[in-house]
Amino acid sequence: MTDPILTARMEANRTDSNTIDRYLETGGYEVLKNALASMTPEQIAEEVKASNMRGRGGAGFPMGVKWGFLADSDPKYLVINGDESEPGTFKDRQLLERDPHQLIEGIVLASYALGVNRAFIYIRGEYPKPARRVQRAIDEAYEKGFLGDDILRSGFSLEVSVHLGGGAYICGEETALLNSLEGRRGEPRLKPPFPAVEGLYARPTIVNNVESISNVPWIVANGGTSYAAIGPERSAGTRMFSLSGHVNKPGNYEIVMGMTWRDLIYDVAGGIRDDRALKTWIPGGASAPWLVPEHLDAPLTIDDATTLGTMLGSGAVVVMDETTDVVKAAHSIVRFFAHESCGQCTPCREGTKWLQDILERILRGEGREKDIDLLLDVSDNISPGLTWPPAMTTICPLGPSATAPILSITRYFLDEVKAYIPVSEVAGV
Amino acid sequence: MSSPIATWSAEGQERAQQLLALYPDKRSAVMPLLYVASLEHGHVTNEGMQQVAELIGVTATQVRSVATFYTMYKHEPVGRYLVSVCTSISCHLLGGDEVLDAACGAAGVEVGGTSEDDLVTVERVECIGACGGAPAVQVNYELIEGVTDIKAIDLIDWLRNTTPEVVLADELQQLFGGQKSFDWGVPEPDGAIAPVPAFGPYGSAEEGR
Ligand SMILES: Cc1cc2nc3c(=O)[nH]c(=O)nc-3n(C[C@H](O)[C@H](O)[C@H](O)COP(=O)(O)O)c2cc1C
Ligand code: SF4
Ligand code: FES
Repeated sequence: MTDPILTARMEANRTDSNTIDRYLETGGYEVLKNALASMTPEQIAEEVKASNMRGRGGAGFPMGVKWGFLADSDPKYLVINGDESEPGTFKDRQLLERDPHQLIEGIVLASYALGVNRAFIYIRGEYPKPARRVQRAIDEAYEKGFLGDDILRSGFSLEVSVHLGGGAYICGEETALLNSLEGRRGEPRLKPPFPAVEGLYARPTIVNNVESISNVPWIVANGGTSYAAIGPERSAGTRMFSLSGHVNKPGNYEIVMGMTWRDLIYDVAGGIRDDRALKTWIPGGASAPWLVPEHLDAPLTIDDATTLGTMLGSGAVVVMDETTDVVKAAHSIVRFFAHESCGQCTPCREGTKWLQDILERILRGEGREKDIDLLLDVSDNISPGLTWPPAMTTICPLGPSATAPILSITRYFLDEVKAYIPVSEVAGV
Repeated sequence: MSSPIATWSAEGQERAQQLLALYPDKRSAVMPLLYVASLEHGHVTNEGMQQVAELIGVTATQVRSVATFYTMYKHEPVGRYLVSVCTSISCHLLGGDEVLDAACGAAGVEVGGTSEDDLVTVERVECIGACGGAPAVQVNYELIEGVTDIKAIDLIDWLRNTTPEVVLADELQQLFGGQKSFDWGVPEPDGAIAPVPAFGPYGSAEEGR
């Protein structure tokens, strides 16, 4: 069993892991001191590249490769994505609240490597407490000279501030987040141009997730190859999984990928409450197609999830036991996407609303048998061919995400959907 | 010409100046300024949007288009305590819908409504990042995890009877919460003074202030 990387300090110091005193006492900012004194920016970027760490915000893009795309033209920016709003996901909140200095040290190291002198931490509006904790940590870091002008007399300077969101899931999408940070509506931009070339204020910008950047101090301290050696080759490192729903021990768990779903649900999360049977689970946040017990022995890696037609996404695992009404569960998720659609693309704006309306009709007992085909038709209109990964006709993947619960219930639980349709409405009766 | 925010409190004006200086482009201050305007006017008003527009040098229409995009800017008055109940998937599975019904019943309102004494507004929200402590509720954006329908009724009654000046998450969690997503660590000294997220020197307060 590998030692935890991200949660070691908060586990060992249950009350005050967020304070600068505790951070310094447990070796915090030592990596930064060493790196600024003895490493070039290129050397840090090399370590991150060698780590093979894939972004933890959902898309799983290798962090070092992304950094390599940053256009070399000043000013450039680093933006930390702390918008965490994918239903089921609460890992970044723990990292922000319980170890904000780990994130800040990661930001300074990343900024030094990228040649960035201004960074922003975008935190969702519903997280005022995490935002206060991070702001307090930023203030402490300025006081101690880890932020500001000429950090530790290295000649490198960095300003960091927190930007609070306004309540909109779509702002987690990186280009919507940049629009929001510019003081605009949080609507995703067409890509290209990618943020690394034209991002915040049309300047070169790197957007990384809170968890991704929180790994940087460890990677620089221990070397990228040590990180790459943890876990399966293409899913290197430890990763935070948020377990929720009908498990005995919900919570965030930092694990090495490669274990099976059975290990995760039954060992790590303590199995299903009241010894009930497992019915289904969402493997990677509300956007991910669901898995069922026949998949329990599949390994938890990014690539194995793709093979099963789903994804690890944001690391949110939502477990449903045998008592779950899957039609109602699907409705909760579809309503979420209908509520959060930014409205720019017709298939997403109209389609998600349609899906919600049809499901509500079915749940009221007023469905017709052809409504099941209609659900699939509307889904196909949002995500043509209903393939995996989804084909995109929309500006961002939010629209296609809304089809995940529809595909899941019609694939695995068709009888339960049909059971809602009154007998008089079933064809042939 | 007098400042567009001459009518704001001294604290509000000072915070506005800080925010304008914080970003490479003033326009980025529009979202935090809308929160300050909400504190000054009770919610996002036409006057508030006009003031923010003048501060950053854009049109009021542009500010309105931003202010209407995000759910946390309230364009109608809300109660002194905004109770937000999550019914997204993890909370739904563990009784979030029942918590919402119970809270509405106790406040005597429909979803989105405000109680007759203007103290409590109950709204339905999507995931608030507390899924391991489902069902989750926020009061003025301060979190309570592991809430039951019975505790939700107690919470509404308590808010109306005690009318706390500062809403403190740790206190609410102690009184009305249960299972948490994770260990919260040291109690948080700051809390909310209004139905606006308590962040920054203005808008949050330490207990007892
Ligand atoms: C609809 C949508 C919502 C997203 N929400 C988040 C989020 O809350 N947090 C996050 O880090 N990334 C989110 N992402 C992914 C970001 O666009 C981006 O890929 C990520 O922040 C990059 O960081 P990483 O490479 O470190 O993972 C979202 C993407 C989409 C399409
Ligand atoms: S897919 Fe939906 S959320 Fe994404 S840009 Fe289009 S309308 Fe907006
Ligand atoms: S689903 Fe309710 S807090 Fe996440």
